Amino acid sequence: MKETKDHAALSEAFNADEPRVNWHDETLWFVRQKRDRAAQTIPDWELLRETASRIKHNVLSNLHDYLLQFEASARANGVIVHWAADAREHNQIVHAILQKHKVDRMVKSKSMLTEECHLNEYLAENGVEVIDSDLGERIVQLAKEPPSHIVLPSIHKKKEEVGMIFHEHLGTPTGMSDPQALTEAARQHLRETFLTRRAALTGVNFAVAETGEFVICTNEGNADMGAHLADVHIACMGIEKLIPERKHLGVFLRLLTRSATGQPITTYSSHFKKPREGHELHLVLVDNGRSVQLGREDFRNSLKCIRCGACMNTCPVYRRSGGHSYHTAVAGPIGSILAPNLDMKANADLPFASTLCGSCTNVCPVKIDIHDQLYKWRQVIVREGYADTKKTMGMKAMTATFASPATFKLAGKAGRWFMRHAPFAVNNRLNPWYKQRDMPAPPKESFGEWYLKNRKKKHE
Amino acid sequence: MTVGLFIPCYVDQFYPNAAIATLELLEKLGVEVAYPLKQTCCGQPMANSGFGHLAAESDELFIRNFSGFDYIVAPSGSCVLHIKDHLHSDKRPAEAKAIREKVYELTEFLTDVLKVDSLKARFPHRVGLHQSCHGQRGLKLAQMSELVAPPFSKPEQLLSMVEGLELVDLTRQDECCGFGGTFCVAEEAVSVKMGKDRVADHLQHGAAYITASDMSCLMHMEGILRRQKSNVKVLHIAEILNAQEL
Ligand code: SF4
Repeated sequence: MKETKDHAALSEAFNADEPRVNWHDETLWFVRQKRDRAAQTIPDWELLRETASRIKHNVLSNLHDYLLQFEASARANGVIVHWAADAREHNQIVHAILQKHKVDRMVKSKSMLTEECHLNEYLAENGVEVIDSDLGERIVQLAKEPPSHIVLPSIHKKKEEVGMIFHEHLGTPTGMSDPQALTEAARQHLRETFLTRRAALTGVNFAVAETGEFVICTNEGNADMGAHLADVHIACMGIEKLIPERKHLGVFLRLLTRSATGQPITTYSSHFKKPREGHELHLVLVDNGRSVQLGREDFRNSLKCIRCGACMNTCPVYRRSGGHSYHTAVAGPIGSILAPNLDMKANADLPFASTLCGSCTNVCPVKIDIHDQLYKWRQVIVREGYADTKKTMGMKAMTATFASPATFKLAGKAGRWFMRHAPFAVNNRLNPWYKQRDMPAPPKESFGEWYLKNRKKKHE
Repeated sequence: MTVGLFIPCYVDQFYPNAAIATLELLEKLGVEVAYPLKQTCCGQPMANSGFGHLAAESDELFIRNFSGFDYIVAPSGSCVLHIKDHLHSDKRPAEAKAIREKVYELTEFLTDVLKVDSLKARFPHRVGLHQSCHGQRGLKLAQMSELVAPPFSKPEQLLSMVEGLELVDLTRQDECCGFGGTFCVAEEAVSVKMGKDRVADHLQHGAAYITASDMSCLMHMEGILRRQKSNVKVLHIAEILNAQEL
């Protein structure tokens, strides 16, 4: 991890342009409202969430068995199954498949797992050109940026900015900002890609242990286009993507897109089971820290995530700090739980990038206790020694004061102690409270002092 | 019934009027209230910052202060939630458990325990109610906009008993104001932006006062209002429920 800035610094930079923050906030709030309307149309929405959560609970409790069952069924279908312990192994496996087929240009549909593994960079270094076929992914790829959102990768870009990127890279006329025209330009450009690539990589949304098949959800049909036109289809999935039986798909497909964008279902929910005649279908099952997280009881639930992005859209912090401030492949509330598992030191700031308001937990279609896990990560991170020293000293001083009623009263009476060390200002250097806010006016007496004067006799 | 009054440290120091109103309101409703003088801070700011392991002493102190009461009531959803979820003691686990079970936020105590159905209060102003997250989503003081479930709101139920009070609608019903304990300084930029947006929602709908069941959110919003030289005021909900304005 080459990150130097933490979430607070990155979001301060993002907030330098307030109208842009407003636009970002409103765009995502619009999606959150669409999600609300979609959820409200299903009277049993909460039951559906509970059901999904329990199905995933079963999967996580029996992951070993389901994985073996899935592997056996997939193999029986003629799928070539690979296992990757970590990101490196995943990237090597994909590269080896491409090498075997002498492929140096690949089309890829959206997969957050490959972002997590930094596959594009790895393949580029090894001389393989990768074109992302999801429109949003293609935009950030051309802009040489990582996605800022797991469902809406280029949500941070305005349409005028997309027009400029397309002008520069795809030769569209200057000043083009009509979404329809931009989409058409991208479509023409991608058509050529689809027709000439012999290998296609996709993600996996749900893998069915019972049947060995898997489902990919896209709105653009780009996964199908890639997979159906290429000779080799490589699908990469985290080992937690399993569901036990095909009948469970109904639960998840109903929840996924309603939570993500407010649509009843994705435009394409494509089922893949076996390779076509003369073609190869590879499936890479990736651990990359997931079994470690499975072993952390407090954080196990985070593996239920179906990557709908609802927690990001609802998160008041995410909306006002932008996805890139999380400096990790999966941003927002869920990313802040997953990232410290992968690298606690580099991501020690993320569990603190939340007010713990709990909205994420409420929208999550699989009922992950997101904000409680963020709270728990804070305890772990501090215990493991990743809190900054100033904060630690402040906390110790505060604890000592609070532990002694006499000191507390004295300190309070001195008044200024509280101004300097009040809980909310504990981390102060130049008092960040005062930068854009006034301090409360100190009253002439504390409640304790008032009480002694006015109610003392009664309760002496 | 005796109630132990639990006043959060910053309310004691900065907002004694909210504490006085809480005390007077409970007394008016016939409750025997005592304020243990040796209370300091419940330890929430430490715990929220990841220093929960330093909270043992504040937990012990809290247990010493509040063990004897039938109920413990505080004018703060956030501090109550902390006690409810995190107070523990290796030495006196039974007492800690009893405390976790009998601690109440003021409005839920009024609606659920005292079952208040009328108040002698008058406050003829346009008021915006800020739903503080820890109270709303943590203690479930009101239905949350994310859930598909019938609406209810304990603070609103009480405010509707106040004569002359006009509750304003908000565009975003229950969005966080961005206070978040140490978040408000550790993440100053986002915290302030959230606070500004929250305040703007109230202002756009013509609120003359902003109220909440958590003083910390109000302190944050007050800081922003003052900086903007706005004459909109913040008042803890206890001050409105206890108001006699003619
Ligand atoms: S944590 Fe829940 S809300 Fe967030 S992306 Fe995952 S499934 Fe969606």
